[in-house]
Amino acid sequence: MSAQAAKRITDIGPPHYDKFLHPVIKKNYGKWVYHETLAPGVLCHVAESGDRIYTVRAGSPRLLSVQTLRRFADLADKYCGGHLRFTSRNNVEFLLDNKEKIEALKKELNELGFPVGGTNNAISNIVHTQGWVHCHSSATDASGIVKAVMDVLYDRFTHEDLPAKLRVALACCLNMCGAVHCSDIAILGIHRRPPKIQHDVLSKVCELPTLISSCPTGAIRTKTVDGKQSVEVVEEQCMYCGNCYTVCPAMPMNDPENDGISIWVGGKVSNARSAPKFSKLAIPYLPNNPPRWPEVVRAVVNIVDVYAKNAKKFERLGEWIDRIGWPRFFELTGIPFTRYHIDDFKHAGLSYARSAHIRF
Amino acid sequence: MADDQKPKTKLLDELEKGPWPSFVKEIKQAGEKSPVCDDLLGQLELSYEEKKGHWKHGGIVGVLGYGGGVIGRYSDLPDKFPNVAHFHTMRVNQPAGWFYTSDAIRTLCDIWERHGSGLTNMHGSTGDIIFLGTKTSELEPAFKELTEAGFDLGGSGSAMRTPSCCVGPARCEWSCYDTLKTCDDLTRQYQDEMHRPPFPYKFKIKCSGCPNDCVASIARADLSIIGTWKDDIRQDDAAVAQYARAGLDIRKDVCDRCPTRCMEWDGQKLAINNRECVHCMHCINVMPKALRPGQERGATLLIGSKAPIVQGALLSSVLVPFVPENELMDTLKELIRRIWEFWDEYGNNRERVGELIQRVGMANFLDAIGLDPAPEMVAAPRDNPYIFFQKEEAAAEPEPAGA
Repeated sequence: MSAQAAKRITDIGPPHYDKFLHPVIKKNYGKWVYHETLAPGVLCHVAESGDRIYTVRAGSPRLLSVQTLRRFADLADKYCGGHLRFTSRNNVEFLLDNKEKIEALKKELNELGFPVGGTNNAISNIVHTQGWVHCHSSATDASGIVKAVMDVLYDRFTHEDLPAKLRVALACCLNMCGAVHCSDIAILGIHRRPPKIQHDVLSKVCELPTLISSCPTGAIRTKTVDGKQSVEVVEEQCMYCGNCYTVCPAMPMNDPENDGISIWVGGKVSNARSAPKFSKLAIPYLPNNPPRWPEVVRAVVNIVDVYAKNAKKFERLGEWIDRIGWPRFFELTGIPFTRYHIDDFKHAGLSYARSAHIRF
Repeated sequence: MADDQKPKTKLLDELEKGPWPSFVKEIKQAGEKSPVCDDLLGQLELSYEEKKGHWKHGGIVGVLGYGGGVIGRYSDLPDKFPNVAHFHTMRVNQPAGWFYTSDAIRTLCDIWERHGSGLTNMHGSTGDIIFLGTKTSELEPAFKELTEAGFDLGGSGSAMRTPSCCVGPARCEWSCYDTLKTCDDLTRQYQDEMHRPPFPYKFKIKCSGCPNDCVASIARADLSIIGTWKDDIRQDDAAVAQYARAGLDIRKDVCDRCPTRCMEWDGQKLAINNRECVHCMHCINVMPKALRPGQERGATLLIGSKAPIVQGALLSSVLVPFVPENELMDTLKELIRRIWEFWDEYGNNRERVGELIQRVGMANFLDAIGLDPAPEMVAAPRDNPYIFFQKEEAAAEPEPAGA
């Protein structure tokens, strides 16, 4: 082994978190008693010792340049003894031990264009995937739609005026790197046409057995095309999941005319009150309309507004729908109910109304 | 690059307007130092015009000795956008709880400015630090500097993913076990499984300190570790009364919202029937100064959640109703070993562990990993009478219980 190879460092994992904790956090680790919200985006946690740590939370676009990250680092130095963290929803949090510094930090964040908020009954940041910025299988962009939606829902981030928390997520295809399937509102990129098979190259770049077994509905069969070994897709069985494309690049799904967005509602992951649940289909298809996706923005804002107006205190979107029923949800939001709303995959029957409980 | 050589981005420029922070501004800002970003913007503008992505299917790239951690990405228009001909992503293990010092942030920024586009995600969906966009030739140098600075890569492909955790005991009074320590221990323990893909498909672990589940472990982790407690909710009656005086309608907003109606408020005192509490967190969320999780703490372990691909989305379901905090790490390691052994043997290619359980049945899975069935594992016992009785049991004809 050469000297250079011997020095190669591998499998060390991340730096230990202990090195990065604020001294007040280190001292009071596991000894917090309660917290209160001082303003939207500003939390105060109180420890058994009486010590307090203040958190100022700001929204970020997730896609961050090193220049912006350094600016966050500078702010952390100026206000927080160099301590900051990020949340699971791509917010940045500044940790302060001095209450007096909160307003000045908020002012600087606002001047830099990073809104403070996202706590409790506000809409927190939209978690999302890469989209056209970096993904090969996306049916839509991610960052652009998020930006367009959050521009309009901005005040819902900086104010805590909803009945309960509201979590929005976006995934640009069914792979759901953003696992949006348990969100109050999920914006999901979808394909609507089967893959366009590249018969010329398929057998050279793909393993046929892997490709055939990748299809959840068994829609892919071997076929010889122009003397070349390839496959065919039984169109009636294709539900455009794109799983075949994941294992075989010769099965591209991209289709500018037919790709678009679906909207899902009423999911949650928290166990508070009702059990965690999946989001359900609200709108099967909206067109891709960059740069601002007005149809998608209107649809999301409409659902948020109708929910805000009608739900009772502490009702998450799905809990509100549980109370009023789906017919009323479609009526209040003005969203048409179609054949696409009725499930036809495995266990579909479990989603049929199996009682005579009907609200008129 | 002079301004007149910058790509024309009429559509993307629209997304610099409006109050929410703009990713286009971020890309342009990184572009001041990195010409890669100009081609990224140029290609993205084209995607906006044509309504389709321009990235090719990923190829296999990585650093020496690792089979994961780098996502290969290539432009399908390399002649037009040569600077993003390769535009690979590096996934970097995040420190538990996503805590940083300003120095650590600057170290990461300096490395990524030297060896990549200067664009990041803080963080990716799984929790890793994402370094977005570099050439194949920069992977090794970036990796070398990362490891020298104490960072390492995450997982990709059929490998363990970097576990993630909520803020936990670092800044939350509700955390029922040390999520940061558990997450960090697991991340270190399974570096090999993370860096050298050994499985039928991916495996994710997420650690939430309480049933509020701030890292969405029940929806997004093959193994969900959700903190809970076994004894009574700790209750401060004076503080409860204070909430009432401050205008909280305790009957309506707390008692009536309790999923098992296990609490009563007579206008003076809150009485909780803790035996009927399902540990949902609602009352504690509403009155954090008055109610706290109990002191006999630990975690519920759940298994199998995933997004739709391949056989449909799943939520995790209960595997072990309660593990005391002091037994958690040993229990996890042993369980994970048994789960992986079974999955490794019987899992199909690209079959997540939740899908395997759906296919073979939970009871068979429990047999395989040596756990006894418990009523906490099901929402209800089966309602279908097609029971696969085991031969030896039917032959033995045991006296039915309660007969």
